[in-house]
Amino acid sequence: MTGFEAVILTIVTAATPLLIAALGELVTERSGVLNLGVEGMMIVGAVTGFAGAQLTGSPYLGVVASMIGGMALAGLFGFLVLRLAANQVASGLALTLLGLGLSGMIGEAFIGQPGLKLERIHIPFLTDLPVVGQVLFGQDPLVYASVALAVCVSRFLFRTRAGLALRAVGNNHGSAHMLGVHVIRTRFLAVLFGGACSGLAGGYLSLAYTPQWVEGMTAGRGWIALALVVFASWMPLRAAVGAYLFGGALILQFHAQAEGIPVPPQFLSALPYIATVAALVILSRDRWRARNDSPACLGQVFVPDR
Amino acid sequence: MRIELRQRTEDSRLMVWLSPLLALALTFVFGAVLFAALGHDPLRALYVYFVKPLTDAWSLEEIVVKATPLALIGVGLALAFRTNVWNIGAEGQYTVGAVCGSILPVMLPEVQGPLLLPAVLVCGVLGGMAWAAIPAFFRVRFGSSEILTSLMLVYVAQLLLDWLVRGPWRDPEGYNFPESRLFEADAVIPALAGRMHFGTVIALLAVAALAILLGRTLKGFEFRVIGAAPRAGAFAGFSERGSIMAALTISGGLAGLAGIAEVSGTIGQLHPSISPGYGFTAIIAAFLGRLNPVGVVFASLLLALTYIGGESAQVALGISDKIARVFQGAILIFVLACDVFIRYRLHFLPARRAAARAEDAP
Repeated sequence: MTGFEAVILTIVTAATPLLIAALGELVTERSGVLNLGVEGMMIVGAVTGFAGAQLTGSPYLGVVASMIGGMALAGLFGFLVLRLAANQVASGLALTLLGLGLSGMIGEAFIGQPGLKLERIHIPFLTDLPVVGQVLFGQDPLVYASVALAVCVSRFLFRTRAGLALRAVGNNHGSAHMLGVHVIRTRFLAVLFGGACSGLAGGYLSLAYTPQWVEGMTAGRGWIALALVVFASWMPLRAAVGAYLFGGALILQFHAQAEGIPVPPQFLSALPYIATVAALVILSRDRWRARNDSPACLGQVFVPDR
Repeated sequence: MRIELRQRTEDSRLMVWLSPLLALALTFVFGAVLFAALGHDPLRALYVYFVKPLTDAWSLEEIVVKATPLALIGVGLALAFRTNVWNIGAEGQYTVGAVCGSILPVMLPEVQGPLLLPAVLVCGVLGGMAWAAIPAFFRVRFGSSEILTSLMLVYVAQLLLDWLVRGPWRDPEGYNFPESRLFEADAVIPALAGRMHFGTVIALLAVAALAILLGRTLKGFEFRVIGAAPRAGAFAGFSERGSIMAALTISGGLAGLAGIAEVSGTIGQLHPSISPGYGFTAIIAAFLGRLNPVGVVFASLLLALTYIGGESAQVALGISDKIARVFQGAILIFVLACDVFIRYRLHFLPARRAAARAEDAP
């Protein structure tokens, strides 16, 4: 494997959890719900995924467990903001705090255990092709799933009736309600989908990216995924492009360290966060566009009056 | 049976204060279930966690010590949240406050005198303000969401601290531990009694100041109007940008003060783990205290108890002290859930009527 191939490979594996989490949050936000609990759902997904794989001996069941973990927290969030009309920003923060606490408790038993790794696929001949073989045909299954998910979410949102209804709920919940769309149910499903994706993204970290459990191992990736949704102006395919750009920023630091660039490692570690802030600022400079892109009812409470 | 929310004509003032108590009761129930699930006697575990720390002097002191940074940060956040500014990066402002306040004691240890301590504290406040001014500037100038930018800066601040104590500020006589030199006597906040220090008094003064600012002054009214109805505020001639900028920098300054007060008063030197997540727990304190400065003080004491209770449960029952963060998250979840009663009344519809109404619906 050449150095170039190695860089591309690591960028792909760093981008995949960001992409999966961002796609889930994108669907949630398109339905008009802002769930700031991505980081919390992700870390719970990471720990339940790891625990599931350890207890069953199968990384694939671990993947399922990670999605269930994320969905459980998302269900709690959905109940709070949809049934009880709680403040979405505060509830999302609460979800993150609770998720960080729960994951720490659940994960205590698993610290230091060697994990089960989601193996990369190997197709004879194709994977062995020079340069592109490993990158295109030698990734783990979730990498392909994440790309397929981006395409599916895009098709769903813009080419299906259900997707139209979901966007209608996010843009004008009053009108959607009048037209007979079940606003609360649509939003609840969107929130659950977001939770499953965030959980899966966390599971990817503990099953494929670094197969082990480390407390706080999401390290702000959930928040970066949230920023990515804004960065992608709520478009799934743009989210995919953005995820790979951010994946590159995350990975840059490791290669810069390996090359022996004389900069303290903490400065390099800070780069992805600074890049996120920079991306948000550059994007929101064009206020008119920013306002037009975001779902009009994002973060607003809807209580059906009858 | 179906449950419906009906909006009250006016917010219930009673529920504003009943909600946190209800949330607390639910947290105890949740705690009992959690302890039982972990295989402990729930009543004994709850006693060890929430009551035993209140029975000895050492724990009571420790509660005051831990409540101090929570209250300082929490009142600032209450102001920010009232203004509808979501500063969730207080942990970063706390860290930068601690770093900036440590500049004099670490880099110029030979500087001494009665003016040193005030200078140290002012540096801490300015550091926190500057760190909060970054998301504030981006918000008012470019319209970037302060939620994400302030949070991202937490990680940057923690890495900055990590670099300083492992690199240029590492104590040459510290056996290679990642920590700065100890503060000299003049840079240390004097002790009150035991582990308690004068930072607590400063925190109470800050709470009083913010209570007056928010409740008794035109400026405070401006913050609240901008937060509740920015358009109405604009018609009244209030500056939305000015309020956002001020709310963020004031909350940042208080977080910075909390940071340097903790380092100078409690720890005595910089090291990478100067905060058990005070900046995030203070968000809970702000909500639990009803975004009211005096309420925040009581909420901070309660949350400080969850930290100490976690340690107590670890010692007495062998439960991971991570449970403290679970309780803190649960309290916030429950208080947000109970807040539904402030604006809505629950209506119970019998199944038959609910079905009939569903048929009428368009």
